[in-house]
Amino acid sequence: MVAKDPRLTVPDEWFKKKTDDGDQAEAVVRPSLSYWKDAWRRLRKNKLAMSGLVFLILLTFMAIFGPILSPYEVTATDLRSQNLAPSAAHWFGTDEMGRDVFTRTWYGARISLFVGVMAALIDFFIGIIYGGVSGYKGGRTDSIMMRVIEILYGLPHLLVVILLMVVMGPSLTTIIVALTITGWVGMARIVRGQVLQIKNYEFVTASKSFGAQTPRIIRKNLLPNTMGPIIVQMTLTVPSAIFAEAFLSFLGLGIQAPHASWGVMANDALPVILSGDWWRLFFPAFFISITMFAFNVLGDGMQDALDPKLRG
Amino acid sequence: MPLYILKRFIMMIVTILIIATLTFVLMRAIPGSPFDEERTSNPTIQANLEKFYKLDQPMPIQYLNYLKSIVTFDYGPSIKKPNESVNTLLSRGFPISFELGIATMIVAVLSGIVLGTFAALRHNGIIDYGAMTFAVIGISIPNFVLATLLIQQVAVNWGWLPPATWSSPKHMILPVIALATGPTAIIARLTRASMLEVLTQDYIKMARAKGLTPFRIVARHALRNALMPVVTIMGTMLAGILTGTFVIEKIFAIPGMGKYFVESINNRDYPVIMGSTVFYSAFLVFMLFVVDILYGFLDPRIKLHKKEGEV
Amino acid sequence: MTGHQLAASTSFAEAPATIGGQAGRSTATDENSTSSSRADKEIILSVQNLEVSFKTFGGEVQAIRGVTFDLYKGETLAVVGESGCGKSVTANTIMGLIPQPPGRIRNGQVLFKEKDLTKLSKRALRDIQGVDISMIFQDPMTALNPTLKIGEQLMEGVRTHHKVSKAEARRKAVEMLDLVGISNPEERLGQYPHQFSGGMRQRIVIAIALICEPELLIADEPTTALDVTIQAQILELFAEIQRKTGVAIILITHDLGVVAKIADRIAVMYAGKIIEIGNKREIFYDPQHPYTQGLLNSVPRLDLQEEELQPIDGTPPDLFAPPEGCPFAARCPFAMEVCERVYPASTQLTEQHTVDCWLQDARAKAVFS
Repeated sequence: MVAKDPRLTVPDEWFKKKTDDGDQAEAVVRPSLSYWKDAWRRLRKNKLAMSGLVFLILLTFMAIFGPILSPYEVTATDLRSQNLAPSAAHWFGTDEMGRDVFTRTWYGARISLFVGVMAALIDFFIGIIYGGVSGYKGGRTDSIMMRVIEILYGLPHLLVVILLMVVMGPSLTTIIVALTITGWVGMARIVRGQVLQIKNYEFVTASKSFGAQTPRIIRKNLLPNTMGPIIVQMTLTVPSAIFAEAFLSFLGLGIQAPHASWGVMANDALPVILSGDWWRLFFPAFFISITMFAFNVLGDGMQDALDPKLRG
Repeated sequence: MPLYILKRFIMMIVTILIIATLTFVLMRAIPGSPFDEERTSNPTIQANLEKFYKLDQPMPIQYLNYLKSIVTFDYGPSIKKPNESVNTLLSRGFPISFELGIATMIVAVLSGIVLGTFAALRHNGIIDYGAMTFAVIGISIPNFVLATLLIQQVAVNWGWLPPATWSSPKHMILPVIALATGPTAIIARLTRASMLEVLTQDYIKMARAKGLTPFRIVARHALRNALMPVVTIMGTMLAGILTGTFVIEKIFAIPGMGKYFVESINNRDYPVIMGSTVFYSAFLVFMLFVVDILYGFLDPRIKLHKKEGEV
Repeated sequence: MTGHQLAASTSFAEAPATIGGQAGRSTATDENSTSSSRADKEIILSVQNLEVSFKTFGGEVQAIRGVTFDLYKGETLAVVGESGCGKSVTANTIMGLIPQPPGRIRNGQVLFKEKDLTKLSKRALRDIQGVDISMIFQDPMTALNPTLKIGEQLMEGVRTHHKVSKAEARRKAVEMLDLVGISNPEERLGQYPHQFSGGMRQRIVIAIALICEPELLIADEPTTALDVTIQAQILELFAEIQRKTGVAIILITHDLGVVAKIADRIAVMYAGKIIEIGNKREIFYDPQHPYTQGLLNSVPRLDLQEEELQPIDGTPPDLFAPPEGCPFAARCPFAMEVCERVYPASTQLTEQHTVDCWLQDARAKAVFS
């Protein structure tokens, strides 16, 4: 053969049967991480999503302790200190009634986070039951349940919410009820889609053949597999609920002054933006936007992290 | 196809009926009469008023009258503005809101699609990151916040554009930007995601294997398929935009329907609330219907494949 | 048993083994198209030491690691192997369809008519894609654009490359549909893909691939997604088309049944390398590489009823970190120490039959005697 042939340089003693201990050829076993650990590892690499998460943790902390730390009451008016610019005494300034904007901002954070989280949780429970049953039962039940969803989907969201606010009177409960009455539909659709996809997987068939009961199949096999997209959906529900609350309050249909919500504060600030009292609008506007931003980037990051299609 | 249209049409009628009934029930569920606040009026006058507004008749009759008024597009007189009917308010306010809504929709759809497509074609490039950063910010800033910021900066501080009203195309720019940014961002994200997905499809690979130019592959093969999800959300997006007009009209002092609607809610002017809710809902549901039909034309499969049980 | 494997059986190779392959470029047409005299034919495609890798989240996957083969005019070369062995990547690289990044052609050439396709500009490549080389994809359900009429999908290739009139393109499209056996072609042009069955769609895909009369057709698992009865029809269609047009075919498949039916030569791929290549008879009746033997033993055969099916144990190596030696060593029943350390050189057994295996070394005979 040719001179360069590697076979000629190979020592003869290598020509013997492979011994079992010589397993250097065994493929390097890459650590196989569990689904959640793997997702978390990838989420942690996403700097934007992580800073969103950190911001939300800080915001939650301030929402809980901010109003307590402040010497001012949320609704306490002080006619001697109206429309003060931010200072050492009033870090975020005061409004036209002399209320402390700093205190009100964190109080507004409470409202926003509460509305957002409650809406997401209620959507989650209704959606998972409705969508789970619809997808799992299939057939006629599914058909009818999906028709109902299709009709609900066609309802103009905010109009229904506004209508309910008119009837039930503006309050926090009303806002949450109104938001969830239309909001669960999206969640139910996602859950149903997930369930349909996974329903026919072999392991479900397997547990069925072992005589497992339907609820057990749903709990043990289906739920863990459908959680990814559902968690993402929940994360993305929060900012839209926060927006809806602020929107309604801004229109005067939500939380009412003197109570504080970011929407109320922005609405109150509207007449004075031309006068240069920038802090009145800036703080509520900034916090609504940055909070929604944080939830959105976190949701996006989780979507990327949980999507098995992207797994290398 | 006719069967598909018929089905969608029935769906539309059912939805409108549900909304109408819901509105009726909710409005009647409110304790007390709209005239309760009018302390000056004596019982006779109140009774006469209720008679005039047909509130004295039994519920089923009221309901039927109400349904009739919806079909005939005659929503009756306003309670708080005795000289005006709901129809006159609608005919005065709705065209302006419609203008604002349609202008916003056009801006959002066009710029969203362009942005999303380029982001997908330059996947992980600078355009992609730029567009997606814009998109996530655009989604996160509420339209009323953006509107006030625009007034404060662009109109007041810089004085480039008028801060309020709806009297010339120049006046429309800020409200449309404020209202269109969110939908633009949503469409851009959706277009990008859907485009990225379409670009991995076998038929795109096949088009490349045919030696077609990149332009033709995108324009002829990818775009139409990528836009289908965008079309499906256009109906609900229009709903969001139209309700968004309420708040934008308030901020920019635009004399559209939103102004009357919010006013009517604060005044408890029931005929106006009911009339405009039903009118708006019917309009939106009709737009959803139009979108469905449009989708049917875009996707040739729908003619045959939309069978019972499929969603 | 060992004796059988090690003896370089020449019962099917008429010509004596020639060392150092000669790329005979004789223009003389051979009267009988038996596989044995392919060396006299013109080489239309020559892949030299091709290496392609992909960047992924987990690192760089070395999808193909030095693939070399020639393709002669008018023949059918089957590339077989397990999924993930690099056969589709080879096809896509030849076709110029590797997205870069994440893909990267690290080394090697794809010579088509003396032009290195890996060095061509995208524009120059487009003049070859679909004109000189065409490709057929695995799943006819997804290979056709659902929103375009098949007429347009057929005609756009000719319209782009040959600048013909619409009427001319239409005439050509009808002719192609006729060739692939679709009745009422005129009427069918105005229909959408969903109005056709799977087998029909694959016929349309083939018609699209052939409309510019290419010299080379790459078929990537063209029958895998089809029903068994349809598979046979499509394979017959391939044979018929080849008879009529003289197109050379590279057939990517994992189905040895398909190979047995229409291939002239067979290349067996494993872990990004061609480990054995030869004409059909040599590979089927005289396989030299233990992997090829294992592959053949894992397929049911009607003529060898007494033998049991023997699946190959284990899984292919991780191509993130491919082994230095023979990639099959870990699964090979005849593995020696040398197999794990050094990749074997090619042994030319006959004019066309080449194998990469240490068992060909004289010193190995002593071990297994």
